[in-house]
Amino acid sequence: MNAKTILEMSDVSFKYDKETVVQNVSLSIKEGEFLGLVGPNGSGKSTLIKLMLGLLKPTAGKISLFDQPIRSFKQWEDIGFVSQKANSFNSGFPATVLEVVKMGRVSKTGMFRFFTRRDKEQSIEALKTVEMEDYLHHNIGELSGGQQQRVFIARALVSEPKFLILDEPTVGVDARHVADFYDLLEKLNKEKGITLLMVSHDIGTITEHASHVVCMNKTIHFHGHSEEYKAFSDDDLNRLYGHAVQQLTHNHHNGEAGEL
Amino acid sequence: MIESFLTYEFLQNAALAGIMIGFVSPLLGVFIVVRRLSLIADALSHITLTGIAASLLVEKKVDAIQEWNPVYMGMAFSVIGAVLIEKLRKVYKHYEELAIPIILSGGIGVGVILISLAEGFNTDLFSYLFGSVTAVSRTNMFTVLVITIAVIIVVTLFYKELFVLSFDEDHASISGVNGKLVHFIFIVLVALVIASAMQIVGILLVSALMTLPVAAALRLSKSFKQTIGLSIFFGEVSVITGLVTSYYLSVPPGGTIVVTAIMILTLAIIYKKVSSQLSLKGETV
Repeated sequence: MNAKTILEMSDVSFKYDKETVVQNVSLSIKEGEFLGLVGPNGSGKSTLIKLMLGLLKPTAGKISLFDQPIRSFKQWEDIGFVSQKANSFNSGFPATVLEVVKMGRVSKTGMFRFFTRRDKEQSIEALKTVEMEDYLHHNIGELSGGQQQRVFIARALVSEPKFLILDEPTVGVDARHVADFYDLLEKLNKEKGITLLMVSHDIGTITEHASHVVCMNKTIHFHGHSEEYKAFSDDDLNRLYGHAVQQLTHNHHNGEAGEL
Repeated sequence: MIESFLTYEFLQNAALAGIMIGFVSPLLGVFIVVRRLSLIADALSHITLTGIAASLLVEKKVDAIQEWNPVYMGMAFSVIGAVLIEKLRKVYKHYEELAIPIILSGGIGVGVILISLAEGFNTDLFSYLFGSVTAVSRTNMFTVLVITIAVIIVVTLFYKELFVLSFDEDHASISGVNGKLVHFIFIVLVALVIASAMQIVGILLVSALMTLPVAAALRLSKSFKQTIGLSIFFGEVSVITGLVTSYYLSVPPGGTIVVTAIMILTLAIIYKKVSSQLSLKGETV
């Protein structure tokens, strides 16, 4: 099997002022993978995501998307991004669900072009995928956290991306909807062939669903099949992470107890 | 009123410029408010004053220059102010709002020195501060027309970019939107509109026309387009009502326009409160 490379990071480091947040990360994601990115708080997961989206520039190393250096990458419609709900938007913003989802078509439409009926139809289609088509004309701020997150997933899907990045999308979503959420992700991955990268706190749940797991704490400590990861005992994890394990196993158990 | 409107050119200028300003100020105002930049309008209007004062001083001190149009100098200062604010926001990355008091007080500080050098206030300056129905010349009315057309074209062309940028800057960047460029064009337009609107509502009240109609619309609308539509409607009602009452009461239009806008805002807040309470009752019954 010789799958296409979606994302390639080689020896990437990033510093905020003088503090190193990401150190010598090399990572490659192949088409069709569902990769779970886990690590303790402050381990640089979100920074790594921002680097691969071009929102931050690495202090060292190279990043390429679909075999193009990120600096000259232009096919942004191939990438979908769902951020942590809490800090991604102003909930008093006067916009309807449809207006928010249509925003996802901006990359496909391009400058000096107007939205057409097709953009609207595609937006409604994406809302059907996340089962939110009944809320088209509702104000985004009036919805529950879980509903808002579904709308943001629809926004990410509406450009028909090949690679979907989700940064802790289940934070603030109530527990009974989390299972549905993973079902949706599996559907996107298996049926639509979308490559997924999901950051999660909840190591237990993510390793159940993802095909591959990456554990990071500034630098990558493990990258492999999730089966392999699940086979590790706590002792193995201890060796794997060194002193960072306290925090990690702590999170692990929290996750098991339904932290979400 | 109709008769004098037909007789006096200055009234026509004020009315036409007023209607245009009543349209573009709230239009840009919607983007300003949702991006939490409301105070930028204030900073830019104050630096416009510096430009006006500089222009009046030059006119007074340099014999060669007799008929300088202070509005142009006001516009130039306003645009420079906009660029400076952007620069300062980068210098103080963690305290972006600091740029606003720096430009605002700097503008007034320099303005007051220039005004004193030009030997104090005169009636002209008073009308710049609070607006006037007689201050708009035909040339200035045409300048406002050109700016209005420019604003409408730019907002139409960049509507989706401005919308994405306002909602979520990260998403805009991932959508391939050149946020810096779009923001720069936008802020220059804001600067030009402020210098235009200043002639009718006055420097001290110009930001009100960009924010009050939007504040009222926000209470009532569900969608972004509806917010824009209502804001423009409220802006026009404020300007037209304000200009007419200003003419009859012989008070500066800045005052009457702002008071009308505040009344609309109050009604919008009350309406929203009453209607949401009624619907709550409806649900419990």
